Amino acid sequence: MTPMTEEQQSLAVANPKMTARDVKVFYGEKQAIKGVSIDVDMDHVTAFIGPSGCGKSTFLRTLNRMNDTVASARVEGTITLDGEDIYAPSMDVVQLRARVGMVFQKPNPFPKSIYENIAYGPRIHGLAAGKADMDVIVEKSLRRAGLWDEVKDRLNDSGTALSGGQQQRLCIGRAIAVEPEVILMDEPCSALDPIATAKIEELIHELRGRYGIVIVTHNMQQAARVSQRTAFFHLGELVEYGVTSDIFTNPRQERTKDYITGRYG
Amino acid sequence: MAEHTIKAFDEEIDRLRGLIAEMGGRAEAAIENAMLALQRQDQRLAAEVVADDKRIDALEAEVEKLVVQIIALRAPMANDLRDVIAALKIVSVVERIGDYAKNIAKRVPLIAANQHKLEPVSLLPSMGQVAAEMVHDVLNAFAARDAELALAVVERDQVVDDFYDSVFRTLVTYMVENPKTISECAHLLFIAKNIERIGDHATNVAEMVYYAATGQTLPERERGGTQQQEN
Repeated sequence: MTPMTEEQQSLAVANPKMTARDVKVFYGEKQAIKGVSIDVDMDHVTAFIGPSGCGKSTFLRTLNRMNDTVASARVEGTITLDGEDIYAPSMDVVQLRARVGMVFQKPNPFPKSIYENIAYGPRIHGLAAGKADMDVIVEKSLRRAGLWDEVKDRLNDSGTALSGGQQQRLCIGRAIAVEPEVILMDEPCSALDPIATAKIEELIHELRGRYGIVIVTHNMQQAARVSQRTAFFHLGELVEYGVTSDIFTNPRQERTKDYITGRYG
Repeated sequence: MAEHTIKAFDEEIDRLRGLIAEMGGRAEAAIENAMLALQRQDQRLAAEVVADDKRIDALEAEVEKLVVQIIALRAPMANDLRDVIAALKIVSVVERIGDYAKNIAKRVPLIAANQHKLEPVSLLPSMGQVAAEMVHDVLNAFAARDAELALAVVERDQVVDDFYDSVFRTLVTYMVENPKTISECAHLLFIAKNIERIGDHATNVAEMVYYAATGQTLPERERGGTQQQEN
């Protein structure tokens, strides 16, 4: 097992929501993640940065077992949610993905009404006692996603009729609706214009503290803006993990420095 | 250091460093020429130093503009960010150093008007030379991102401070013995003080160079033994 460096230990959080220890991911023979250890908590947004193919998205997907859907993928090491091993046979994966929600690069609302996009998850998880109860959940989720004021008068319109940025906030609202503990975001703004991006970033800021948030981004300025902890991945390794302002002003590792200053490759 | 993927960024950083090197070279020359003018009572050279200070001021403005442009267009990170922030701070200090040299040069005619041979003048050129070397070395340290050289400059400030103490005592004694020279000696005292401040400013630049090179700040140093004599 790769021991955590002194610096990582000092960054280890008092109340980790999720912990990953010596996580390795293989796609067939090829090793995509080479022993990554990191903590995620509710108080800090964690950003994963690194060049394409560095493993940041692969690692993100281990946190709610999205890699299970890839037949050749194999995960070693330990990942826990509230101390519970999420790869244990007893873990209900559907339940896990409600607790650890995910928002993807391209907004992918269901081809249903705005209301139904939010209500779908709570309904299958049995979170609402009736219509009135569901209305409350829908409104609360859309408010938290910063979308309520824009859509409250047209909840029956199709979710796909919204603008890209609104669709992405709808997807965040959909994740929020099932009361997750952690939200994973895989390049949530890469398909959005700067205004829509700023709204998502503001939303991330508001959601911090209520949920553990991990965001994968190619946009380093975005990582700098939204996160308090940054992890730099390269060739499947966690090269450096630290306080975001330290990483962007004084990275310890040469590879981190070259990447964030635009000298990579 | 590896090059940026975007070549224009490297060109801008190079240009920034070139401007600072030129500015530092001019400030160093201003100190040396001001001291030379004082020694030789060369009023034409003194007037040149005063006139040349405009170029130092113009370089400061040019660097400020370039730094704002780099921050706006390149969003520099890590050592690049520290470099451009240090550049911005360094030029404002070097501009001050130029002002001190100009101030020394402006006093040359006021001293030259007097026919007395002022003995304390003999210490000032050596003092000025140490300060000019500090300016020279600290800008080399910036160019080479050399933290060790920056530290050496910080340490050398003590020499300038010791010179100042010595010149101060000498001048006070001299004034007591030769009251007719008080006006000239007062100018010399200001000149010594200017050189002492140049040393302090070079030290400030050294601290910025150290930060830019290492990402660490130097602990607040002990100031030289001149402060109690201020005011």
